[in-house]
Amino acid sequence: MPEPTPTAPKKTNRIGLEPQPYRGGKTTLCAGCGHNAISERIIDAFYEMGVDPAQVVKLSGIGCSSKSPAYFLGAAHGFNAVHGRMPSVATGAVLANRRLIAIGVSGDGDTGAIGIGQFVHAMRRNIPMIYIIEDNGCYGLTKGQFSPTADLGSTLKTGVINDLPPLDTCALAIELGASFVARSFSGDKKQLLSILKASLSHRGMCMIDIISPCVTFNDHEGSTKSYAYAKDHDEPLGELNFVPFFEDISVEYDPGTTREVTMHDGSKLLLKKVAEDYDPTDKLAAISLIHETVRRGEFPTGILYIEPDKDDFVTLLDLTAEPLNTLPLDRIRPSREALDEIMESLR
Amino acid sequence: MATSAGAAHEAADQPATRRIVNDFSIQVATVNGSGSQTANLVLLRSLFQMGVPVSGKNMFPSNIAGLPTWFTIRANKDGYIARKKEVDFLVAMNPETAKEDVLSLHPGQAVLYDEPLKLNALRTDLIFYPVPFDRIVAEVCKDAKLRRLVKNMIYDGVLSRLLGVDMAQMEQALRKQLGKKLKAVELNLGALKAGHAFAAEHLIKQDPYYIEPMDRTAGMILVEGNAAGALGSMMAGVTVVAWYPITPSSSLPETLIAYMRKYRVDKTTGKATFAIVQAEDEIASIGMVIGAGWAGARAMTSTAGPGISLMSEFAGLAYYAEVPGVVFDIQRVGPSTGLPTRTAQGDMLTTATLSHGDTKQILLIPASVEECYTMAIDAFDLAERFQTLVFVMSDLDLGMNTWMSRAFPYPEKPIDRGKLLDAASLRRLGEWGRYQDVDGDGIPYRTVPGDGMAAYFTRGSGHNTKGQYSERPDDYVQNMERLARKFETARSHVPRPDVEDAAGAEIGIVGYGTSHWAIDECRHQLARESEVRTGYLRLRAYPFTEELSAFVDRYERIYVVEQNRDAQMAMLMRMEMRPDQIAKVRSVLHYNGLPIDARSVTDDILVQEGLKARTEVHADVISAGMHAGGE
Repeated sequence: MPEPTPTAPKKTNRIGLEPQPYRGGKTTLCAGCGHNAISERIIDAFYEMGVDPAQVVKLSGIGCSSKSPAYFLGAAHGFNAVHGRMPSVATGAVLANRRLIAIGVSGDGDTGAIGIGQFVHAMRRNIPMIYIIEDNGCYGLTKGQFSPTADLGSTLKTGVINDLPPLDTCALAIELGASFVARSFSGDKKQLLSILKASLSHRGMCMIDIISPCVTFNDHEGSTKSYAYAKDHDEPLGELNFVPFFEDISVEYDPGTTREVTMHDGSKLLLKKVAEDYDPTDKLAAISLIHETVRRGEFPTGILYIEPDKDDFVTLLDLTAEPLNTLPLDRIRPSREALDEIMESLR
Repeated sequence: MATSAGAAHEAADQPATRRIVNDFSIQVATVNGSGSQTANLVLLRSLFQMGVPVSGKNMFPSNIAGLPTWFTIRANKDGYIARKKEVDFLVAMNPETAKEDVLSLHPGQAVLYDEPLKLNALRTDLIFYPVPFDRIVAEVCKDAKLRRLVKNMIYDGVLSRLLGVDMAQMEQALRKQLGKKLKAVELNLGALKAGHAFAAEHLIKQDPYYIEPMDRTAGMILVEGNAAGALGSMMAGVTVVAWYPITPSSSLPETLIAYMRKYRVDKTTGKATFAIVQAEDEIASIGMVIGAGWAGARAMTSTAGPGISLMSEFAGLAYYAEVPGVVFDIQRVGPSTGLPTRTAQGDMLTTATLSHGDTKQILLIPASVEECYTMAIDAFDLAERFQTLVFVMSDLDLGMNTWMSRAFPYPEKPIDRGKLLDAASLRRLGEWGRYQDVDGDGIPYRTVPGDGMAAYFTRGSGHNTKGQYSERPDDYVQNMERLARKFETARSHVPRPDVEDAAGAEIGIVGYGTSHWAIDECRHQLARESEVRTGYLRLRAYPFTEELSAFVDRYERIYVVEQNRDAQMAMLMRMEMRPDQIAKVRSVLHYNGLPIDARSVTDDILVQEGLKARTEVHADVISAGMHAGGE
C-alpha cells in the first residue's frame, strides 16, 4: 500500500481518519474485474460518510465476489463464511451487537443458487445491513458456468446457450420485504457511490445488485453481463443526489421533476423523476418498472425502491438499546429468587 | 354390575393375598390427540406428591391425532426410574391396539379396559376391570363435544380407588396440571370423581398393586429435560437463540421463550435482553449462532439428528475458524427421518466428528434433567473457553419425558468468556495474532467486532497465525496441530465421568446419557439375582478424560451400553485405546426406539457372560404392538 509522502498534508475525513483504515489487502481478482471497482466505491463511500471501520463487519459467502471483503476496510472485522450462507451469519452478528454496521458481499451464484433460501429470509426480515450482489451472471471461481442471473439466450464463452429464465434479485427483494433496493453497474462510479452512501443512511435491508462483468469468463459477445452490453443497456432511472445529514447544503430542485426522500439518519435523497407518476416508495410501481424495462431489453439502475421508515428486524425483536454481547452478568443471569420461584413452580 | 360377571376367570376368583406396594408399572394405551396426556401426568404427579419415586415415559406416534400412544408410569420404592419392560397394570383405551396389548401381558397382570372392547374374552389368566367409559362420561359431561377430552380422567379415578391413590392428591395434581383453566378443572374433576365412585361401587380389587405414601420425593421437582436445558441456558446468560422446529427438540426453545419473556425482559425499559429467531432451517439456525458467537454473544440452537446433518458444513467452519456456540441435540431414531418420536443415542459418532476434513467436536452428555441444566451452563463456558461449538447430547427420553429431580442449584461461578483480548492482555502479549498459541494450550486470543481491539479476517479457508489467507503446507499443518492441541486441553476441562468401582469385580460397565438409569438398575439385578458384581463408569463428555483408560485397565471385560445399532461410543473409545484395551470391549446395544430398560441390559450381559441362554430372553413387550401405529 503506498504511503502518503511525509510532506503532504494528511487527508482525513469527518471523524478524523485517514484513508488507510478504509483500504484493504491487494486484490487477487483478475485485472479489470468489476468487483475491484465496487471495492473502490465501498472504500470511498465509507470514508466520505465517516463510518468508523472498527464498528463495521464485512461478511461474504464463497466465490470471487466473496473474496472481495479482504480488499476493503482492512480495519474492520471480516467473515468469509460458507457458500450461500452469509445472510444467516450477518443476522447473528447484528443481533449480537445492534450497533454494528454490516456489509455483506455475495455473488449471483452465492445468492441466486445455493443461497436463495437465506437471501429470501434475510429480505423478509429486513435485516439492517447492506447486501451487495456482485452480479456477473456466471461462476467465475469454478471457470465460467452459468449462474441463475444469466439471461435467457445468453451464451457461455464455449457457445453454450442458457435456456432458463433469470432470477431478478431486485424484483425479488422488493417483493420479499427489503426496504432499500437498488441496481447499479460497476462502471458507473458516480451512481454507485451515491447509492452506497445512501445505503449507509438507511436502517434496514439495503439490497444492491451491481452488474459487475467477469472479464475472464463472461465479457464476450453473446453475454448480457459484459462491459459492452451493460454500457449499452444500462437505463439509469434519472439523476440521483445524496445529501448526507452532516453536510449543511441546501439543494435547489424542482419538486415537479425531483422527489425528496428523508433517510433514517436525516440525510436527504434527491431522485430525479423518471416519469411523472413514478414513486420509489411504491412497491407495485417499482416492480412494474423493473419488468417493463426488462421487457424492452434494458435494465434499470438507480434506487428502485425505498421505504425509509419500515421497522428493521432488530426493532421488531424489541431489543434493549445496548448491544447484547456486552450486557453485564446481572442483566443476563436471573436472580437466585427467580430460580427459586421457578423451582417452586415445578414442585 | 359385579366385576366377576364380566370377567370371570381363575385368577379373579379369589381376592389377592399378595401385596405389591410402590413397585409396579402402569401402561396406558390410548389414541393420540385424545387428551390422555393430562390424565397420565395427573396420575404421575399424584404418586410424586405422595412421596413415591416415579417416572413417566410417553411413547407416542409422529402424528397429531388418531394413532396409538402408550404412556408408562413406573412407581419404584427403591428409586429405580428407568423404563420397566414388563407391564403390571394395563389401561386399555385404544381399540386398535387393545387386543395385542392384552395378548402380550404376563399371566396375573391387570387390565382396566373400556367395557365394549370385551377384552376379558381374550384370556383367562389376567385380572380384568371393565369400565363403561362412555356411560360414565355422559353423566358427568353434558357437552358431547368435550366428552372425548375428559373421558380419560375417568381411568385416573378408577385407578385412584383400585391402587389406593389419595383423591385429595389427585385433585391437587389436577389443579396444578390445568392451572387457571377453571372450567377444565371442574369438568375433569367431575370425571375423576365419577371414575372413583364407579370403582367403589362396581369393582372388586383383585390385583396385588398398591400405592402407599413414602417420603422419597420431598423437596424434589418434576421437569422435562428440554425445560431443564432451557433453564440452564437462561441461567448461563444466553443472548441469541436461533432454532427451527423439529421433534423432539422444539419444546426446548419454546420453553426458553416462555422463561425469557418472564425473566429476561428489562424491568425498567420493557426491552428484551435476548434475541430469539425461528429461522428458515437448521442451516440458517447454526449460521446465526456462529455469526452471533463470532460477534461476542452467547448463542445457541437446539435440534435433532436431521438438523445435525444439515449443520455439518457450518460445524466445520466453527471448528476451523474457531467460533463459539452451543448446540443441543435431542437425539431421536435415525437414519433419515427414522422414528421421529422415539428415542436413541444415535448421533454420537456423527457429532463427535461433525463436518468434512479432520474435525473433532466437544460433546457433553447429560443423563439427568439436572445435568441438562448444569451442562447447559458448562456448555456456554466451554464454548467460549475453547472458541468452538459445544454439543449437548440429550435424547427424546430425557428431553420430552417428565423426570423427578432434586431442585437445580443456582450457578455459583461467574461466566467464563474465555480468552478475549483486552488492553491488559495485549500489553502482556506484546503482539497479537488471531491464531497464535501464546499459552501453549492451543487456545488463541480473540477479539470481537466493535470491541475497539484489532480486527482480523475470519475464514473457513486456510489461514496462518494472523488469520491471513494461506495455502502454505507448513501453515496448514501447524494450525491443524494446534487445533489438535486445543482438543487435548479440553480433556481436562470437560465434565469428568462418574466412576463407581467394585473391588474384585471382573466386569466394568461403561454407559452414558439416559442409558444410566437402566445400567444403575441392571447392576442391582446382576448383584442380587446372579451374584455378578460390576464396576461402572458413566461418561459425561467427549473428548474422554484420563479416567476412562484407567477404568478399562482395572477390569477384565468392559461392556459399553448404548442406544444405537453400531456401538458408536465404543467406536470412539477404540480410536484412542491400546490393542489390549480394545480386546476387552463388548457392547450391549438397545435400539428399538423405546427407552432402554434394565432387564434387557441384565439379560444381554448374562448371555454374553455365558450365564444365560439367548433363548431365555424375552422380547420387549411394547414392541409387539408397535406396528399397529404404522402408516
